[in-house]
Amino acid sequence: MITAGDLEALRLTLMLAAASTAVLLLLGTPLAWWLARTQRRGKFVVEALVALPLVLPPTVLGFYLLLLLGAKGPLGGLLSSLGLRPLAFTFGGLVIGSVVYSLPFVVQPIQDAFVRVGPRPLEVAATLGAGPLDRFFTVALPLARPGLLTGAVLGFAHTLGEFGVVLMIGGNIPGETRVASIAIYDHVEALDYGGAHGLSLLLLGLSFTLLVAVYGLNRRVRVMRA
Amino acid sequence: MSLVVELRQHLEAFELDAAFQAPARGVTALFGPSGAGKTRVLRGVAGLDRDVSGRVHLGDQHWLDEGVFVSPHHRSLGYVFQEASLFEHLDVAGNIDYGLRRRRAGRERRDELVELLGLGSLLSRRAETLSGGERRRVAIARALAPAPDLLLMDEPLAGLDPARRAEVLPYIESLSRTLAIPVLLVSHQLDEVARLADHLVLMDHGRVRAQGPLDAVLADLDGPLAAQADASAVLRGVVRGIDPRWDLAEVDCGGVTLLLPATRLTEGQELRLRIAARDVSIVRERPRDSSILNIFPVTVVNRRGAGAQVTLELALDDGATLLARVTARSAEELMLEHGARVHAQVKSVAVLP
Repeated sequence: MITAGDLEALRLTLMLAAASTAVLLLLGTPLAWWLARTQRRGKFVVEALVALPLVLPPTVLGFYLLLLLGAKGPLGGLLSSLGLRPLAFTFGGLVIGSVVYSLPFVVQPIQDAFVRVGPRPLEVAATLGAGPLDRFFTVALPLARPGLLTGAVLGFAHTLGEFGVVLMIGGNIPGETRVASIAIYDHVEALDYGGAHGLSLLLLGLSFTLLVAVYGLNRRVRVMRA
Repeated sequence: MSLVVELRQHLEAFELDAAFQAPARGVTALFGPSGAGKTRVLRGVAGLDRDVSGRVHLGDQHWLDEGVFVSPHHRSLGYVFQEASLFEHLDVAGNIDYGLRRRRAGRERRDELVELLGLGSLLSRRAETLSGGERRRVAIARALAPAPDLLLMDEPLAGLDPARRAEVLPYIESLSRTLAIPVLLVSHQLDEVARLADHLVLMDHGRVRAQGPLDAVLADLDGPLAAQADASAVLRGVVRGIDPRWDLAEVDCGGVTLLLPATRLTEGQELRLRIAARDVSIVRERPRDSSILNIFPVTVVNRRGAGAQVTLELALDDGATLLARVTARSAEELMLEHGARVHAQVKSVAVLP
C-alpha cells in the first residue's frame, strides 16, 4: 500500500520539518526574546507580522514567496545573477517557505515563556556578575525551556502538514520537493484511496504522537514546579 | 569603604531625589512607608535602572557619576531581593555557586556561609522544594558567597509568618554584626529596623527626611518619628544576671539596671530594648512603694509639644536617650523644663524581638 515514492515523500517531509525547525529555533528565539523584552512602541507591528501566517491562506503566502524566490524575483534574480540556482522549486526554497509559514507557532510559545520568566531572575544574575549573554544562556533559556520545547514541536508538526505553500513554491519534484501532503493529494487525484490512506494515517499518527509528547512534557514540568 | 549615594530618577508618577551616606561597617536601614522609594534607591545603587542620575561611590569605586555608569555585573555587590527570587532551574548549591564562579571568589567564604546559615543539608535540594525561611537563607548565602564589597537587602523578612521571621532574623543579625562591609537594608517594620540597624535613613515620597545613628534619629524630637503615636527609643543592654525566684533578668543598660521578664534571656546576652514614649511616665521624687519595677533618674534635655501632649527627650546618666509622652498639664505642673532632674517610670519594655 505504501510505495517507494511514498517513503521518499515521507523522508523528504521529515527532513524539511527538521531543517525548518532548526532554522526556526535559531531565528525565532532571538526574535521572541526581543518581543518579550522590548519597550519599543513599534513592537506590535512586528508581532502582527509574525502572526500573519496564522490568518493568511497558505496559497497567498506561497504566491508572494514564489514571486520573491523565482528566477525573475528580487531574491531569485540576485541568486541567478550570482550564477546560483533560484530557490523556487528547490528544497532550500521549501525550507524558507516553511520557516515563514510556521514562524508564529514557534515564536509565540517562546515569547510567552520569556514573558513568564520576567525580568527578576535576570536582574539577580546581573548582581551576581553575569553579563547579558551569560544571563541569556544560563538563566533565560533554561527557565524558558517548556516554551522552547513547545515551540520546537509545534513548528515541526506544523511543517509536516504544510501543503499550500509547498504547492506554490515547491511544485511536485520527487526527491526534491514532493512532500507527503503533496503525495497524498496525488493519490487522491489518481483515485488511489488506499495509497492516500497509508500516508495519511502515518502523518496522523506522527502528529498526534508529537503533540501528546509536548503536552505530556509540559504537564510534567508543571507538576515538578508545584 | 563608606557608601555615598545621590540618586535622582524621574518617573511618571514618582520623583526620586535621595542623598545619604552609609558608614563602612554596620547596617544602614532605609526606612519609610511603602511607596517612599526605598527599593528604587537599592535598584539605583545596584545599577538595575539606567534612567537614574547622580552619584554612587563605594570608597574609591565610582559606579555612577557624571558620564559614568558601571553595569550591574561589574559592581561588586550582593543583592537579596524581595521574595528571595531563587533560580528555580538550579538546586541550592547551583544558586549559591552562580555568583561565586563569575566573580572568581574563593570557596572558603562559601563553605563558611553554608555553615553559618545552616544550609549543609539543603545543598542538593531544588529551589521549589524549600520553605519560605529556607529560601531567604539561600538568597542571603547566594548574595554573600562571592564576597561582595556591599550588601543590599530588600525586605528580607517580608511575607514570612512570625515563626519563619524568628527563624531567619537571628541569621541576619549575626551576619550583619560580623560583616566588614556596608549593609543597606530596606524595611518598613520599625521593630526590624530597631533590632538590626546601626544607622537610619528615613525616606518619604522619594526624599530623605532624616539620617544618622539609629538612636539619635529615633529620639530626635525635631525628626519625623518622635511626633508619631508609636514614638520610641532604643537602648542597648547586657544581661547581668537572672533571678530565678521571680524569673526576672537584670539588664545593665547605660548605667541603670532594668528588670525584665527572663523568658528566653541568658546571662551575658547583649540586647536591644525598645521603649515606647507612651510607656514612660515621669515622677519628681522616687516613689517608695510602686508596682512599677523600673524607675531611674534622668535629665530632661528637650521638649516638644503638640496640643495636650508633650514629648520629652530624657538623658540617662551615660548619655543614652529615652522618650516620654506626658500631658501638657503634667509637664507644666512638674516643671519639666530643660535640665530638670526627674525619675522615669517605665511600664513596659520590648526586648527586640
